Amino acid sequence: MPMIIVLSAGVIGVLVEAFMPRRYRHVTQVALALVAFVAAFVQILRLAGETELIAVSGSVAIDGPALFLQGAIVVLAFVSVLFFAERKIEAGGNAFAPSASSLPGSEEERILVRDRVLQTEVYPLTMFSVGGMMLFPAANDLLVMFIALEVLSLPLYLLCGMARRRRLLSQEAALKYFLLGAFASAFFLFGAAFVYGYAGSVRLSEIDAALTARVGQEGLLLAGVGLMAVGLLFKIGAVPFHAWTPDVYQGAPTQVTGFMAACTKLAAFGALLRLFYVALGGLRTDWQPMMWAVAIATMVVGIVVALTQTDVKRMLAYSSIAHAGFILTAFVAVDELALSSILFYLATYGIMTLGAFAVVTLVRDAGGEATHLSKWAGLGKRSPILAATFGLFLLAMAGIPLTSGFVGKLTVFNAAFQGGAMPLVIVGVLTSAVAAFFYVRVIVLMFFSEPAAEGPTVAVPSPWTTVGIAVGAAATIVLGILPGPLLDLAENAAVFIR
Amino acid sequence: MNPTPYLVLATILFTLGGAGVLLRRNALIAFMSVELMLNAANLAFVTFARMHGNIDGQIVAFFVMVIAAAEVVVGLAIIVMIFRTRRSASVDDASLLKL
Repeated sequence: MPMIIVLSAGVIGVLVEAFMPRRYRHVTQVALALVAFVAAFVQILRLAGETELIAVSGSVAIDGPALFLQGAIVVLAFVSVLFFAERKIEAGGNAFAPSASSLPGSEEERILVRDRVLQTEVYPLTMFSVGGMMLFPAANDLLVMFIALEVLSLPLYLLCGMARRRRLLSQEAALKYFLLGAFASAFFLFGAAFVYGYAGSVRLSEIDAALTARVGQEGLLLAGVGLMAVGLLFKIGAVPFHAWTPDVYQGAPTQVTGFMAACTKLAAFGALLRLFYVALGGLRTDWQPMMWAVAIATMVVGIVVALTQTDVKRMLAYSSIAHAGFILTAFVAVDELALSSILFYLATYGIMTLGAFAVVTLVRDAGGEATHLSKWAGLGKRSPILAATFGLFLLAMAGIPLTSGFVGKLTVFNAAFQGGAMPLVIVGVLTSAVAAFFYVRVIVLMFFSEPAAEGPTVAVPSPWTTVGIAVGAAATIVLGILPGPLLDLAENAAVFIR
Repeated sequence: MNPTPYLVLATILFTLGGAGVLLRRNALIAFMSVELMLNAANLAFVTFARMHGNIDGQIVAFFVMVIAAAEVVVGLAIIVMIFRTRRSASVDDASLLKL
């Protein structure tokens, strides 16, 4: 099982942390993580060829959507670890504080930085988090879903607080993410209790059966569904549960931001789809209006607030909120077409988001990353290749033809249209048009304005990061021109096992 | 057994916890309120388990306790880290990240 590989690699990582001499730790941890991801991916490919099954006495479903999302998460996490391991752009270290427990500005921190101590706890934490993310879309009962939610979240809270530069901001992001995340998962759990009270079981298929038989009290069920939706919509960053997104994305180390923006969204959408399609499909007339409202609010708020942002990371955060809205338009259609289009959109979204945040890590000035948009003016004249790559990711997010973002948007809007959600498609197309305006504004800023006098420099990264970004950019173009194979894959994967 | 009083109590506890998170300014108190919400969910699970006569709900309650303990470890680590840096655990002081 791919999840066991990743989670045991996390456990071995903790042992490495305890017993390995400090000199060898970093290289061992990175190698361990990469090998585990490759092994897990091979396992996923092997499982994809076999028949679907429900494993672990009914608690874990190994079916098309789960394997597709697990595969995508493992690939994205592999690239994220390459970015985490970047040691050339920060003088004598990686993007993480040498020791998360040392006080910012203290003597202890100064000594650690001078001795070039490298923080390696991030790798086991990442492995645990990825293990949770892989379990989340495969969870076939509410208990496993809740456990996966916590296993993926808890390490992420810690990862957010570990930035090397601007540590106060980073710690504050961790606190906010933790308090709000724990709050949301409490909602999910209380909702799960009500649904259990209605159906008498936490298994998704039995909840579905109870819905068909209409055995319990409707009130319990509706309250439970609403509360669980709060918990899951929080994780995907949908309006009105999006307040944490910009703060956390801005404060966290940028490599971690890319990782969680891409992988968490995949995992959480997987769980949302399974819960609402498999267990609550019989109740769709009751939850569809709610999802309509959430989808419209998410698209509009995400785009409108993104227009006013002056910080690159915050702008990308609001754009990720808007993307969640675009995906939700297809979500309300509840059919196979919707499922396959969402899977495709999630994969392309993950690639371009990871790539865009990786580019942000490279544009630096004396204080670390230069994330203020004004500093990006004229970047295209100083380093055209980097600016062109970032421009490509932005165009893909805007959904310009010949990029993967265009195909993704087309498929989700088509699915929503076929599903009879015409108003949602209209709102989606209008907000996409507005979105194109602010993405293009950044591109214009980079290429057609004069460079600032004391502008940022572009760091020269190690080959690994360069390869990661290049692969992301290439995938964005290739999936835009030849989306066929991945679309077919998503189509074949788009059946939930019950 | 009439489950209604237990469910009413669970809902009251959950609401109290929710109000605590939203209203209290101290990160520790807010965090305690989250734990109260988890325990309210536990009470509901155990009540429903009794009502349905199966043990699924009790199993869930045990897992939730373990998860709550793990959450305490992570949460207190983050809050202590912030407190050492700023000498304050107030949520209002942590406001560097603004629009």
